Formats: sequence, C-alpha cells, structure tokens
Amino acid sequence: MMMKYLLGFAASAAVAVLAAAPASAHRQWLLPSSTIVSGDDVWVTVDAAVSNDLFYFEHQPLRLDAVKVWAPDGSETPIENAATGRYRSTFDVHLTQRGTWRIASVSDGLVGSYELDGKTERLPRGTTRANLAERLPAGAVNVKTAESSSRNEIFVTVGEPTTNLFTPTGKGIELAPVTHPNDLFAGETAIFQFLLDGKAAAGLTVTVIPGGIRYRDQLGQIDLVTDAAGKVEVTWPEAGLYWLNVTTPRAGGGEAAAPQRRASYVTTLEVMAP
Amino acid sequence: MQPVSRAALTGLTLGLSSTLAAPALAAAPATMDVTVTIPRLKVAEYHRPYVAIWVEKAGAPAKSVAVWYDYDMKNNEGTKWLRDVRQWWRVSGRSLRFPADGITGATRAPGVHKISFSRAQLGALAPGQYVLAIEAAREVGGRELLRIPFSWPARAGVGGRAAGKSELGAVSISFR
Repeated sequence: MMMKYLLGFAASAAVAVLAAAPASAHRQWLLPSSTIVSGDDVWVTVDAAVSNDLFYFEHQPLRLDAVKVWAPDGSETPIENAATGRYRSTFDVHLTQRGTWRIASVSDGLVGSYELDGKTERLPRGTTRANLAERLPAGAVNVKTAESSSRNEIFVTVGEPTTNLFTPTGKGIELAPVTHPNDLFAGETAIFQFLLDGKAAAGLTVTVIPGGIRYRDQLGQIDLVTDAAGKVEVTWPEAGLYWLNVTTPRAGGGEAAAPQRRASYVTTLEVMAP
Repeated sequence: MQPVSRAALTGLTLGLSSTLAAPALAAAPATMDVTVTIPRLKVAEYHRPYVAIWVEKAGAPAKSVAVWYDYDMKNNEGTKWLRDVRQWWRVSGRSLRFPADGITGATRAPGVHKISFSRAQLGALAPGQYVLAIEAAREVGGRELLRIPFSWPARAGVGGRAAGKSELGAVSISFR
C-alpha cells in the first residue's frame, strides 16, 4: 500500500516536471510489419521515422546508419532493401531463426559546454568522446561533458519468445523484460524493468502513447515512473500499437549546472486482442 | 387428454431411466466426438478458415489436438498465417513445429464436420475440469473463439455446446 502511494506520488511529480519542460516534439519510432510471426521463411519490413503523430510518417525519415539487427542466437544480421525517402526510411529483415529478434538504433554522444573568450557555449550536436577534441575550438576552456545515450529498438518473435538478447550491455537505458515485449494482450498488465548503465534505475520517466493519434481527440498518454526496482506496470487499455519512451529525468539549473548523464529509450509495442 | 399424457410421460420416464442406466453398465466413455459447423458465408472472396482446437486445464499448458490449415502449400507457406489464430498461437501454436504430427489437417469446407479424440489425445488422463477451445480465423475475414467446459471422467452423451456468431457455427461435444 505504502509502495503504491509512493509510486503514485512519484508519478504525479513527474507529470508536473514534464508539463513545465518545453514540449519535446517529434517522436522517433521503428515500426515492424508484424511483431509476432509464424512460418518457415519469414521477413518483416520496418518503417523508421521521426514524427509528431504516431505512427504516421509526416516529418523526417529516421536515418538508418546506426540500425543493427540481432538474431535470437545473438549473431548480427544485415538489414536488406534499405531506402530513405522524404518522410520515412524502410528496410527488411530476413528472420532466419526461431525466437526473438532485436532491431535497434543505438547511439552514444556527449553533451555539455565549454568557455571561449569568457562566454559559455554548448557542445555541438553529434559530439562524441572520439571527436570531442576536433569539435572544440582552439582556446576552449572549462570543458564540461556528460554522456548521452539513446536506444530505439523493437522486437520481433518467430515462434516462441526467447530472452537471449536481453542480457544488458551496461550502456544507456535497456529493457529487462519481466513481461516479454512480444507477449502483450489487451486487458493484461505488463511489467517492464529498465536499467540505466546496467543497473535497475528508479525514477526514470516512462511515457506510453497508443498509436492512431490522428483519428482521436485525446492523446491517451500513460505517464509512469520506475519504482525502486526500476519497474513499471502497464495495463493495456486496448489492442494496438503503443510507443514507449523512457528518459532520465531532466535536472534543473539550466546552463550554469554541470551537465548530467542523459539517456533515452524508445520502443514500439504491439498489444494483441485477447 | 389426461390419460394420454400420463401414458406418454410414463413412456418418457421409462425411456430416460433406461438410457441413464445403460452407461452405468457400459465402460466409462473413452472418446470425445466434436461436431464443428463451418458457416457458409456470402462474401466476395472466401477462403476456408484456419481452425485450431485445443484443451485447457488450469495450471497445465494448453494441448493442441487439431489444426486445420493450408499445410500442403509449397515451401510450407501456409504456416505464415497460423499466427492469426492468435489465442491458440499464444497458448500452444507458437511452440509447435509444422506440420505438427497427429494434429495437422487440411482446411474444411462450410458444413458440419465431426472429429473424434481419445482421452489420451485430449491430454485429459487426470480426472478434473477441462475446457475445449476452438478458434477459427479466415483470410480476409474475421476470427472467433469458442470454449466448451467438460470434466473427466465424462458421462456418455452430449457433453456441451456453444454457438458461434461469425466464423464458427454450432459446436458441440459428446462422449462415448
């Protein structure tokens, strides 16, 4: 009971923070043609885009440079028939093994600031530990950096769901499935655990939004915060596609504050009708 | 009128008691007959439905007893749509390899079909409460799932029925 109360309090606190922060528009997503697959020689086609409405490609394609695919046995598999158009990218994955596949776009970078001629400047986008030195202008001093990790991934299962691929890499936010992400049904409650840099992370902001936004008035967003064990529970109101986003909470303090470790996680979930 | 009805009633009573008495003497039923009606649908594009039949028991994994699908297509292509029999796919289908021995069958045309299972086939060896589930999914059509509870040991005769509304018609089970 106490736990529930605390969780509820934490959830409302997080909502307040979100409301105060500037609206972070544009959602990234990967959308497979199917998440549950039967058959012997099977493929999925994946759409990849950045948009406001879910899941309509109407803004920017998601770049495919960082997309990788892992077969259920952990081996890496190339994507096929990749193309990037005006509003979306698309590619195919040949599912040559039974079990759960991971399709992910993972990137790591640095955020932070430096001082030049007495003025504080932000590190440019795309800065990484590898290119930091060349990105910094001559004479930059008081360089402050923090790591920023983003992971956008989906899962597709041929036959029975497997969990081989859920061994954490220890970097960024990762999903440890208490409930398997390819075994979701309307009316049921799924439990997901989120890890930050390999450890169960309390206080992460979790946002769940049902697809099909274009044809309804209410966003239907579910706001959650991970508990002490890094877990959230989601009861699926109906069958369909859902976008799930997890972020490290934004610290206050603005420019003056030291940059903090940032991480985000995105997945697309398909909830089946019972 | 009175005497006639009384006579009829007496006859009925006698008839009932004799049918009730018979199974007590005979061996306990060992077979379940399932009657499945595939409805005739007036649609522009009709494909016979994929149908799965399985047995559920609380605390035990579901046991598939029949799956009717396009098992004879080249390269086993008919398996691609098995996942559309979605409840069955979740509880049993996804863990099977196809064609699955002893349960695979061809799709069936609209009409009444009878299929029989032994108690062993049903996985109903332990006495207790069971549910027979039947789910149909049709290409470019809908899906329907029906459940008929039964218990084992069973009594001879009709064991239960359910009426489908869209992809299945009347379904009944009986024991002998």
